[in-house]
Amino acid sequence: MELLIPIFRMILLISLLVCAVATALSKKPMTMIIIFTAYSIIMSVVWVLLRSPDLAITEAAVGAGVTGVLFFLTLRKLHLIDKDKEEELRAANESKEEKNDEK
Amino acid sequence: MMKNKFSEKFSAWLSGEVDLTEKIAEEKRTEAPSRISKKEEAEETKIIRSLEKKEIKLSFKEYKVLSVVFCVILIGILTATVYFLPTFASSDVPAVNEVYEHYVAQGRDETGAVNTVAGMILDYRAFDTLGESFVLFTATCAVLILMDDKHKKPKKEMHETVNYSRDPIVKSMAAILIPLILVFGAYILVNGHLSPGGGFSGGAILGAGFILYAMVYGDEQALKVLSERKIKVVTICSLSFYCLAKSYSFFTGNEFNGVHSVISAGTPGDILSGGLIMPLNIAVGLVVCCTMYSFYMLFKRGRMN
Amino acid sequence: MNLLENYEELVAMILFVIGFTMLVFSKNLLKKIIGLNIMDTGVYLFLASMGYIKDALTPIVPAEGEVNPMDYINPIPSGLVLTGIVVSVSVSALTLALCVRLYKKYHTLDLDEMYMHMKKEEE
Repeated sequence: MELLIPIFRMILLISLLVCAVATALSKKPMTMIIIFTAYSIIMSVVWVLLRSPDLAITEAAVGAGVTGVLFFLTLRKLHLIDKDKEEELRAANESKEEKNDEK
Repeated sequence: MMKNKFSEKFSAWLSGEVDLTEKIAEEKRTEAPSRISKKEEAEETKIIRSLEKKEIKLSFKEYKVLSVVFCVILIGILTATVYFLPTFASSDVPAVNEVYEHYVAQGRDETGAVNTVAGMILDYRAFDTLGESFVLFTATCAVLILMDDKHKKPKKEMHETVNYSRDPIVKSMAAILIPLILVFGAYILVNGHLSPGGGFSGGAILGAGFILYAMVYGDEQALKVLSERKIKVVTICSLSFYCLAKSYSFFTGNEFNGVHSVISAGTPGDILSGGLIMPLNIAVGLVVCCTMYSFYMLFKRGRMN
Repeated sequence: MNLLENYEELVAMILFVIGFTMLVFSKNLLKKIIGLNIMDTGVYLFLASMGYIKDALTPIVPAEGEVNPMDYINPIPSGLVLTGIVVSVSVSALTLALCVRLYKKYHTLDLDEMYMHMKKEEE
């Protein structure tokens, strides 16, 4: 058991590095932000291992939650999210609403 | 010479003779007519862009190589620094000194808070936290200025692509999750001096809960619950309460002026203990919550109403 | 000497460098902001790992009895980082708002294209 904790810590740190490099190399803004959110969640587990649970709570709520939402809202505002998909969704939604009205 | 000019200008501005905002308005006026020939301009820019993009692409490879080389060199330098640092997790590092010993050994009896971190940031270093809350407030103001869409003609609102409150899965999950998140946030906020958490974490969780509410039930519904006016009042009241409470505590904390604080530290471990720490935690948490929620609203709608 | 034992600090340094390189050398404004965030977390990781003591507990002391300071980790870096994390959100919100403003004016997030537009406007 004693040996497992340093190994777990190393795995976490390595995945942290992998996430950081993947963010740097990704081309699509969407992928970049999703990987960054994953990075924040790994970071909050690292905080728990460093015996600072208050940091873990804050990082999970702020880094993974609010920052991700802000980035996504920016993408939406700049119309960088896939437009065709959006149209498709809207059409599907409207037809669904019509069906509901018929009922 | 320069100074003289500036002081003259300043005194003129003070007496209301010169309007410094005139320049900005003029610049805006000159911008407007250039938009008429938009189509021609667009074609021109296309040609210029394609020509200049080729040049950029040629230099792009060098740029990437340069950045990798820079990265490696910087990693080398910092690795050399790590080599000379004291061993990880040992107790004879310079950061473990008498300040740390005092905070941990005497912090509970002096502040009344069992959680040493809360006692530290809201009692020993309370001015730091006050500055922090004002940083959040300033950031909200700056985002409000930058995202301001009020003066534009009200375009048709961006369609909600999916109406989530009609979706059965999202709706029922939100009905279970949102109250839980809000209660958890309030628990962390109020219990900050006894368990890990406190103003910053609890406020962030509360803000995230309100953001989820706005996402599922729509902005209009959320703005009915937490309107612009309420956010203004809550933020300003919290900040001024923090200022007044901490001024009182700093004034009475001085043992030389003979005035003693009427707020006692209480029994450590009780929910009503820790002197001012719990009210200050709540004030900070409300500021953080309002900041997060207003960031969301400003990014989504461009305004707060 | 203790490069292998200090792996936590080493990772923090590498994260800092990755973030800094993204901040300085990438051309996409969104990528720059994410680089700034990664740089932030690198600094926080370094601070928190300097405060960690082996076999020590979270700094929540019992309500009664004597407290031996060596049983608990250093609370000072935790407090500093706690405030830092929340400020980093407001910094990224501010930079994202600036980003939206720039996009509205130049219709691109690429710094080079933005620079070309600026040059044209000067002419």
